Amino acid sequence: MAEITMTQALNLAIDEAMAEDDGVFCLGEDVAAKQGGGVFKITSGLTEKYGEHRIRATPISETAIIGAAVGAALAGQRPIAEIMLMNFVGVCMDQIVNHAAKLRFMSGGQTPCPIVIRTTTGVGVGFGGQHSDMLEAWFAHVAGIHTVTPSNAADARGLMRSAIDANDPVIFIENILCYGLTSEDPGPGYRVPLGKAAVAKEGSDLSIITYGRTVLDALEVAGELEKEGISVEVIDLRTIAPYDEETVLKSVRKTGRALTLHEAVRPFGTGAEIAANIQEKCWDDLKGPVRRIGGTFSAVPFASHLEQAWIPTKAEIVEQIKASVGRV
Amino acid sequence: MSEIDRDKLLDIYTRTMKVNRTDEKFRALLMQGKVAVMYYCVRGQELVSAAAMAALEDDDYVVCTYRGQGEQTAKGIPIEKWWGECLGKATGTCKGKGGTMHITDPETGIMVTTGVVGSGLPIANGLAMASQNSGDGRVTLVSFGDGAANIGGFHEAMNMAQLYKLPVVFLCQNNRYGEHTAYADHTNSKSIASRAEGYGMRGVTVDGNDVNQIYPAVKEAVDRARAGEGPTLVEAMCYRMMGHFFGSDFSYMPKEHLAEMQAEDPLPKLRAVMLERQFSEEELDQIVADIDAEIDAAVQHALDAPLPDTDEIYKDVLEEVN
Repeated sequence: MAEITMTQALNLAIDEAMAEDDGVFCLGEDVAAKQGGGVFKITSGLTEKYGEHRIRATPISETAIIGAAVGAALAGQRPIAEIMLMNFVGVCMDQIVNHAAKLRFMSGGQTPCPIVIRTTTGVGVGFGGQHSDMLEAWFAHVAGIHTVTPSNAADARGLMRSAIDANDPVIFIENILCYGLTSEDPGPGYRVPLGKAAVAKEGSDLSIITYGRTVLDALEVAGELEKEGISVEVIDLRTIAPYDEETVLKSVRKTGRALTLHEAVRPFGTGAEIAANIQEKCWDDLKGPVRRIGGTFSAVPFASHLEQAWIPTKAEIVEQIKASVGRV
Repeated sequence: MSEIDRDKLLDIYTRTMKVNRTDEKFRALLMQGKVAVMYYCVRGQELVSAAAMAALEDDDYVVCTYRGQGEQTAKGIPIEKWWGECLGKATGTCKGKGGTMHITDPETGIMVTTGVVGSGLPIANGLAMASQNSGDGRVTLVSFGDGAANIGGFHEAMNMAQLYKLPVVFLCQNNRYGEHTAYADHTNSKSIASRAEGYGMRGVTVDGNDVNQIYPAVKEAVDRARAGEGPTLVEAMCYRMMGHFFGSDFSYMPKEHLAEMQAEDPLPKLRAVMLERQFSEEELDQIVADIDAEIDAAVQHALDAPLPDTDEIYKDVLEEVN
């Protein structure tokens, strides 16, 4: 089977969903053909197929973009809204948090809000402080939203189809550094269910619970430590919230040790919630405290060496794992 | 301007009095201590809502604000369900989970009632965009106050609506106050409608206390939207005759201005128009008596209705997790 990049995977998933359902449409800044098919080319080629009403290039108006998506969803359509960079969600949080997330509940179930909000981010491309943050914890803290991020192209294809199918809002976070990753193409109609984690690698000494780009670091470290006789299990959450608690707890009960790892800053991050939940529910199985690794608690710096120092390093992951299993 | 059709006039009168009698009843219940909830009084603005709703078709969409009683009852929400929701009962439109500030009733076209000033405009665009995409011929009307014209979402929504020529009507009920702040203290524009020009949009300011101005203005905007001619910003001048929410202090509203505005009260003016058009006093009084009886029954039904089950707090959060 052919290999596809994550960029192609997302494009294929959206294309398929648009072909199957007239109610699926895309809107966002620069997304149409005239503007180049999106800054990261995710919607490239779709205007030619579906026209400018279904691939709507919008003004730079994040509140209007998400508001329009919410309204269209209330009318029974399935909009896919692009917020070009995740830091810009700050501009439209009211529409996401007060409206998209709550309209199903506040209406007593009458007005579900099936929107997908695609957004991109990632540390390591020199974008500086206002284009690089992973802000998944903001959304994980709000009831009524699914927060999703793929770590590979196949999952990207499957998760995007499930996100479009979902009858609730989904924040779909795409890490810029993952766009070029390739997977074997899982083919048309492929779906990865929301809320289901993947055991990316099995192991018996420690569980790393992670998602998105840091899954790659976790797998690399796990491979190296295997040679030293340390067996690490890597859980790729895929859906950050509501997350697959069952898979996480099962893994930790088996290994007895846990480490949460994410690119977002450590304080008040999703890793803190997962760690606290593990300590509550797996106390008797734990051989030591749950450890947490996250980004440095500062804005993401510009200078390349500072930016690299900001991100959790593989050396830090190795160090924490070794400390946890008692082999420092 | 052509005269409003007699049947339509009667329709507007009936809707107006429904809004007014609902408002009176709510205030009476609050004053008697029979209910204790937040209520945003619509006294003085009844005609604007009623005339606007009378200009829409039954399946058109409406987005309104926490001060949305007028749009909701005039659009035709079954009043037992409306009262049930306002009293937090299981029989309410939203099973008691929305409340006075979040009434939703898609069957009537009331799609969103938002408690966040100005947030309804971008959502109205989306409803209109869905109609434009699907060609269902519906128009969306979004109602908001003068205070809402100063949030970013207002400007973003106006620009986008005109850009795409969306079938949407922006109805600003300029009641002269944004919460406790008077119009002149929150806005320098000579009018809200004058801002439409900045977006290349049609904007009109009309007297919201005069049925012969407000109804034709909204009707024309609705017709234009339905014909694909794009959005209109209709600014209806009116007056919020009470405080921001019922029971709140309104000493910041100058007495002289209040007296001046009371002289412009839309209700006696509407009644005068009705009489001019040969509706009889008895006929008009009977309409009000019928509405009162209907409201009394609905209120009693809501008072007697059960509270929502406590496990409702876990429901309707996410479909997949229910």
